[in-house]
Amino acid sequence: MSNVAIRVEDLGKRYRIGALAQRNDTLRDQLVDFGGRLVRRLARRADPSEQAASTLWALRHVSFEVERGQVLGVIGRNGAGKSTLLKILSRITDPTEGTVTIRGRVGSLLEVGTGFHPELTGRENIYLNGAILGMKRSEIDRKFDEIVAFSEVEQFIDTPVKRYSSGMYLRLAFAVAAHLEPEILVVDEVLAVGDAEFQKKCLGKMGDVAQQGRTVLFVSHNMSAILRLTQETIVLDKGRLVMRAASPEAVDYYLSAGHARAGERLWEADEIPAEAAPFQPIALRLRDRRGAVVDTVRSVEPFTVEVEYRLTAPVTGLRVGVYLYTGRGEPVFTSFDTDEPAMFERHTDRPAGHYLSRCVVPADLLNQGRYTLGVNASSYHIRRYFEDDQALDFNVDPAGAPGMHWAENRQGVVRPRLDWQIERLA
Amino acid sequence: MSRNPVSKDEADTIVLRPARGWAGLRLRDLWKYRELIYFLTWRDIKVRYKQALLGVAWAVLQPILTMVIFSVILGYLLNVPTDNGVPYPVFSFVALLPWQLFASALQRTSASLVGNANLLTKVYFPRLVIPVSAVGAGLVDFAISFLVLIGLMLFYKIQPTWNILWLPLLVLLALLTAIAVGLWLSALNVQYRDVQHMVPFVIQAWFYASPVVYSSSIIPSAKWQLVYALNPMAGVIQGFRWALLGTQAPDASLAVSSAVVLVLLVSGLFFFKRMERTFADIV
Repeated sequence: MSNVAIRVEDLGKRYRIGALAQRNDTLRDQLVDFGGRLVRRLARRADPSEQAASTLWALRHVSFEVERGQVLGVIGRNGAGKSTLLKILSRITDPTEGTVTIRGRVGSLLEVGTGFHPELTGRENIYLNGAILGMKRSEIDRKFDEIVAFSEVEQFIDTPVKRYSSGMYLRLAFAVAAHLEPEILVVDEVLAVGDAEFQKKCLGKMGDVAQQGRTVLFVSHNMSAILRLTQETIVLDKGRLVMRAASPEAVDYYLSAGHARAGERLWEADEIPAEAAPFQPIALRLRDRRGAVVDTVRSVEPFTVEVEYRLTAPVTGLRVGVYLYTGRGEPVFTSFDTDEPAMFERHTDRPAGHYLSRCVVPADLLNQGRYTLGVNASSYHIRRYFEDDQALDFNVDPAGAPGMHWAENRQGVVRPRLDWQIERLA
Repeated sequence: MSRNPVSKDEADTIVLRPARGWAGLRLRDLWKYRELIYFLTWRDIKVRYKQALLGVAWAVLQPILTMVIFSVILGYLLNVPTDNGVPYPVFSFVALLPWQLFASALQRTSASLVGNANLLTKVYFPRLVIPVSAVGAGLVDFAISFLVLIGLMLFYKIQPTWNILWLPLLVLLALLTAIAVGLWLSALNVQYRDVQHMVPFVIQAWFYASPVVYSSSIIPSAKWQLVYALNPMAGVIQGFRWALLGTQAPDASLAVSSAVVLVLLVSGLFFFKRMERTFADIV
């Protein structure tokens, strides 16, 4: 009993979709809307189903316990409720129902660099960010040198961070966060950014934290990080806790059952956030060389990725594209339909209508294994309409690929067919 | 990592459950997070004066230029009477100091929550920290303008009275007024962005309702004086003139003003507390 650090009982969080879909941002909207709501409210009394339809349970009936010193992984698709869970645990938002009992000071790391100000120097930002994250001034003084050393930006510590490269900025931000010493640490996906080497360093630091016997709740899309850092993992799906198991088992479950969609991802109206308008995703599909929708493609054949969507209004500067990740969440490439300047010029203004953007991924590119496709529709530097970075999973089959006559696993994400020459020099 | 700096000897157990109805104010939390208030205020000041020369110059120029305009148009051309025949430039400048302190504090406070949305959605701390720390930054401008005032008083050979010792309290009253109104406006602004369009207008109207460019003695009877004092800034500005220029004491009006501020502040705190739990969801 006393060994439980976090107890979550029947936790639920409800969002009003109305509040998202048609946010009454101004008084005028609210006044205009008032009459309509009055009528609807009367109608709603007669029809209780309407109220249910206008709200969304981001999290419901979730119960679990975390023991002191345990490192628990949390995985789930986008919209499964992971972020909501973390926000409740870190007291950013209140639950709608249920209770959470937390024994110990909580530190939550939902985003590194929260509150960094570009005009301030690295030194100033360490103090500011530390205070925002809940450190005492004396504590920051004490750890200052250590933080600077970890961040590797000693030379630039008195330079405004707006002059930092994104890598330096990130390292400094993580360094501050990594030097907090809460008893319970809640971490969200901060490792998805930064170069490979820095990711490694962050993972190492997380591992240290776990070794010191502190309780950690770790949310990530990076399955290898989950496997490395956690012994046990919970899987969330549509706001419910669907599994709690040893991490390898949970990861397996998540990668297979949670994602079984044969070569096609369709979006239902209620899955599209209101902010996406006027972009309306319809489908993401994978087609083999013969045009059949498949969930396994051959490494040695080209395949087609297509995004079908509707624009309910004309959009300027739109780019629709895909992300490719390995099954463990490491990025492989990002590509947009208007990456070619000529294409961008021709399609700068896209009128409303029904569209298909498609591309061919060349043969002899991907190594065998499991991959995930994501979708993004945005106008550069203006707005991101829609994003789902785990829209579709597929397999790459290596049959016929170079080197297949040796029964060994080839390392690496790509499996190119390279033009080797062998010359006898003597 | 919003580490909750509850010291170890206190109960470390937190129970999170749906909040209903009016919440307690928990002002003690604010004290625990005093260092954060300090750092956020420090950030605002630092950023404001980062382009050093220009920043400080504006702090001096703005009230001086305003004073010059008022002096020419109202003091010289329209001949607006002052109290005890104090020269119009000093008369208006003494009032401009607390007024600008108040107006800038109110402006910053009401925009503070929306301006710090990234903090609201990422880290936990008592939300009151944000509007409270938005108030302090104006004090630096105030201090700089005050030096100008001293120069002005030397120039006109005006001796301040011993009542100058009351100034800190009057400054506090001006800041509390800004916080009190700012609590209402900042919380409303999270939901209705209209508020940010409304604020400049409110400040302008409030300016004319305060005795900055005219003397409060133009208000006819003592009874109306009290009604006039419902505007806390009327009491503050009268107080400033009394303390620095030795004009008539604002006793009764100051009492009324303080009472109004208290009511606004307490109601503002409760309203803010009631609204704060949805900030992260709707901001």
